[in-house]
Amino acid sequence: MVTPVRKKPIAVIGGGISGITVALEAADTGADVVLVEKEPWLGGRVFMMHRYFPKLCSPLCGMEINFRRIRTNPKIRVITGAAVESVSGASGDFKIALNMAAELVNADCTSCGKCTAACPETRVDDFNMGMSETKAIYLRHPMAYPARYAIDAGVCKGTKCAKCADVCEYGAINLNAKVAAMTVEASGVVYATGWKPYDAARIGNLGFGKVKNVINNLMMERMASLSGPTAGKIVRPSDGKEVKNIAFVQCAGSRDENHLSYCSSVCCLASLKQATYLRELYPDSKATIFYIDIRTPGKYEAFYAKVAKDTSISFIKGKVAKVAEDAATGDVLVTAEDIFGGGKKSYRVDMLVLATGMEPNNAGNGFPLARDADGFIADWKLPPGIFATGVAKNPADVTTSLMDAAATAIKTFASGGGV
Amino acid sequence: MTQGAIRPYICTGCGIGEAVDVARLAKVPVASGLPEPRHHPFFCGEQGLKIIADDVAAGAGSLLIAACSMRTLAERFNFGHGVKVERVNLREGCAWVSEPKDEDTQLLAEDLLRMGIVKAQKTETPTPFIEKLEKTVLVVGGGIAGISASLAAARAGSNVVLVEKDAQLGGFLRKLHKRFPRNAPYEEPEETGINENIEEVKNEKRIRVITSAQVENISGQPGLFDVTVSAAGGVEKFRVGAVVQSTGFKPYSPEKLGHLGYGRSPNVVTNAQFEEMSVSGIIRRPSDGKEALSVAFLQCAGSRDKDHLPYCSSFCCMTSLKQAAYVRNANPQAKAYIFYKDMRTPGRYEHFYKKMQDDDGVFLTKADIAAVEPMDDGSVSVTACRTLLGVDIKVKVDLVVLAAGMETAAKNGGALKLDYRQGPELPELNYGFPDSHFICFPYETRRTGIYAAGAVRQPMDSAMARTDAEGAALKAIQCVELSSVGKSVQPRSGDTSYPRIKFESCTQCKRCTEECPYGMYDEDEKGTPLPNPLRCRRCGTCMGACPQRIISFDDFHVDMVSSMIRAISIPPEEEERPRVLVFACENDSLPAFDMAGLTRVRLSPHIRLISLRCLGSLSMVWLNDAFSKGIDGVLLFGCQYGEDYQCHNMKGSELAKERMGKLGETLGRMMIEPERVQFEQLAINDYTRLGEIIGDFMEKIDAMGPNPFKEFAE
Repeated sequence: MVTPVRKKPIAVIGGGISGITVALEAADTGADVVLVEKEPWLGGRVFMMHRYFPKLCSPLCGMEINFRRIRTNPKIRVITGAAVESVSGASGDFKIALNMAAELVNADCTSCGKCTAACPETRVDDFNMGMSETKAIYLRHPMAYPARYAIDAGVCKGTKCAKCADVCEYGAINLNAKVAAMTVEASGVVYATGWKPYDAARIGNLGFGKVKNVINNLMMERMASLSGPTAGKIVRPSDGKEVKNIAFVQCAGSRDENHLSYCSSVCCLASLKQATYLRELYPDSKATIFYIDIRTPGKYEAFYAKVAKDTSISFIKGKVAKVAEDAATGDVLVTAEDIFGGGKKSYRVDMLVLATGMEPNNAGNGFPLARDADGFIADWKLPPGIFATGVAKNPADVTTSLMDAAATAIKTFASGGGV
Repeated sequence: MTQGAIRPYICTGCGIGEAVDVARLAKVPVASGLPEPRHHPFFCGEQGLKIIADDVAAGAGSLLIAACSMRTLAERFNFGHGVKVERVNLREGCAWVSEPKDEDTQLLAEDLLRMGIVKAQKTETPTPFIEKLEKTVLVVGGGIAGISASLAAARAGSNVVLVEKDAQLGGFLRKLHKRFPRNAPYEEPEETGINENIEEVKNEKRIRVITSAQVENISGQPGLFDVTVSAAGGVEKFRVGAVVQSTGFKPYSPEKLGHLGYGRSPNVVTNAQFEEMSVSGIIRRPSDGKEALSVAFLQCAGSRDKDHLPYCSSFCCMTSLKQAAYVRNANPQAKAYIFYKDMRTPGRYEHFYKKMQDDDGVFLTKADIAAVEPMDDGSVSVTACRTLLGVDIKVKVDLVVLAAGMETAAKNGGALKLDYRQGPELPELNYGFPDSHFICFPYETRRTGIYAAGAVRQPMDSAMARTDAEGAALKAIQCVELSSVGKSVQPRSGDTSYPRIKFESCTQCKRCTEECPYGMYDEDEKGTPLPNPLRCRRCGTCMGACPQRIISFDDFHVDMVSSMIRAISIPPEEEERPRVLVFACENDSLPAFDMAGLTRVRLSPHIRLISLRCLGSLSMVWLNDAFSKGIDGVLLFGCQYGEDYQCHNMKGSELAKERMGKLGETLGRMMIEPERVQFEQLAINDYTRLGEIIGDFMEKIDAMGPNPFKEFAE
């Protein structure tokens, strides 16, 4: 680069696909980068996805390339288990105070798995959206990076139990480890803090949390995943019955003044994709999609056309008014309008998927970030040297977010940061 | 770069010591003339690493570490520049998938070690291809994408040459009255800001603008692209490092929209024409200059239509909403009607849609357009059916605006005029848009160092085009930066090897020049390949394609794999220990095997796995080697190919499959059943299926019986 050598690295906060991409694109262009993630592992939300639309390929494939780039590029330093306490200073000279989770499992872990076999405690698996359990010491996925087990301190009995530490041959477990503080210096800071699914329980009429066989779209991803709670079988939570008749409710909480007033922009494509999961798994299954508008912009239209060609997938333009449970069978009873089919109708399905939208993560940034009325980071209002990328600033699909990640990376070179 | 004698290590941790007889295993390297291997139960720990580091300090330059997968703890087993590390996967590839202390497990471990030794012996740390490179970025097309790419690159420190065919910069945006809102609160059309952007370009000393100009030729490779540009002042030649193609789009030709009234009434116009009509403040219909007090917007005019453009043009819904705002702002008495298929205002654009929905003077409905008929008084009648009101609607309006979509400018070609054997333009993916892998790596171009950005590569609005162009500018700079130190870009970022060719044995068969997914090779008039190493992405497809075996990488070549195959011990037939060779793509299939190990999937101990950079690097010679050696079957694991290909080298697995198609004849000559070779499309998350796939294949091999060559094999 013609740009003078930067004295301090760029810090990227958030190790999901956007943060990973900013970090790698900047590092491959010559910057030193520190990638900070609060969870024990990188990968964020897309790691939970069974497949990407529209190619129906696994996100792990691109992740593998990215992890290899991280492993082999000495310009990137990854810090996991680190929550941002504060960001101070100015462009070119930021100080990021991190709260480091207790390092109960250290880098000597070989992921041999003996600890998990010995562990007597269990925890609800948040990675599988609460649909399964893991031991208190666990690896959330066989491709997790860094390849190192973690302990859920909320469940682990610590030194009172210590069965894991006893069987570990590598001294990788230290149950006396304490939380620690750490400071990272950076010339610029990129927020890639991502999103969380909108809490569907807040949408009263759609039955989430009350009707057992109503799930959200992230739960559907985990269910379809071969590494998920059901090993890829799409079954009802209530009784494990194979789902042969499914319905999707679009804009569950999105485009709704009482919830998220914006469009989350990925849910139409996600439901189309998820309908193919079921159709591929059970050839005698059928799916119904209740929608306001089908939003498949640009080349995604071809994916919509391909899915719509399947006569076992129906599209009904209309809003869902009510969702109830048939106590005898566990079936979901859906009352919805059908604008082109003559008004209000009732439907009985095995399972209902709420296409819940994306809400920006907005806690624990350590910096008073300007946000717009929707809660997304208003990047045009950020001070020099501070940037935002991905869904932290705009609800978008993966490929759009990654275009933005590359665009954000070049801005870190252009900023006063590090010069 | 050679590193001298190989120093072997055997890790006995993570269950390896319990699964195999390490003392027996240790005889393998000794039998190959290597020193006695060092053992440790925890080589990746501090003590273990110190043992290795001490050897390195004492001069060991080539390490053979038999422990876990090369994907595991790669950072810890990196002993610095110039120290070659070869990993043998005794853990995920043997101990974790096989029966402990079983003789077959032992034989597997011994073979893996033999194969690793041969690989280490046959390879060298690559010597990179390094040239003095030019780093200037050429941007072709000076619309908003080209302007954004130029500004981003210049501000990051690069010199830029921006070539624009028109006399002025600004492209399509310069023709707009206003643009739709880009930022909160997303309520009113905004100034385009294009003149300010043009000024910024003019004031940026690192950007040189050439207008009324055209690229006549681009030859060479990243860092060494020689460009010829013709402009009013004549022809000039200069060198650049990388290229951004931002040549934009063409509005869909309205002449094809006669069914929507275009050409049948002067009062049916396109959205592009309507912009110019809106500038003055009063919107007048073209036929008689009467103020247009009712305007109907017909969405998807030519888009989402199998007879026209099958895709959605992405910007037209927001554009019509914006233009409806023009109508309403010009005269509060005026009415706007928008007939749409689906209203597509993704993300926060929804707020603007809501704002327009709340305006009583804007009538919106989903509808199919049944008829557009000019009336005698100059007005136009629009009949819409399947509307949200449940009845057909007929409105008489002063003006009809067709929300015409976009076609990529790349469709016409001629923007880059690349001097490439595989053609003068970026390869097309579909609908005329240039190729990209599309999801996880949006800039995965097939012409290294040349990046399409903006509406030329997919339908998008100007806000997205800015972002896309800035991203492309980053990739352009990155390509030259990595190339300047001999490193590859995506997907094998950082790889310093490159193909070396023994030209004296070349038969000018042209397979390498035809099959390289990146167009790395040009050709002389006889068909001899002319390599451009800086275009190379190190997939090895040319190596797999070459029947003469004259293409090789320092650390990956045909003889290396052939030697690994020959290193496999073949037990005599009566032992009933079949041997199946597995070739696996390094990016997807190899991690799947590792995950099978991590989740303790039981795999047949009779398989011998060789990972390849890409299945496209598969040489047919290896199948010959395998069967003449007495191997009973060969399993190939590659990525999905076809329309939704998942191969990050686009064509690798497909080419391997094609080569397999020609295999039958060869096998027939050898009296080998073609069923002994099986091709599997495996995704990385399919690791749970591996046990079954391999189990089924082993059964098939058992049923066929041993390879008839086994008894003749050495």
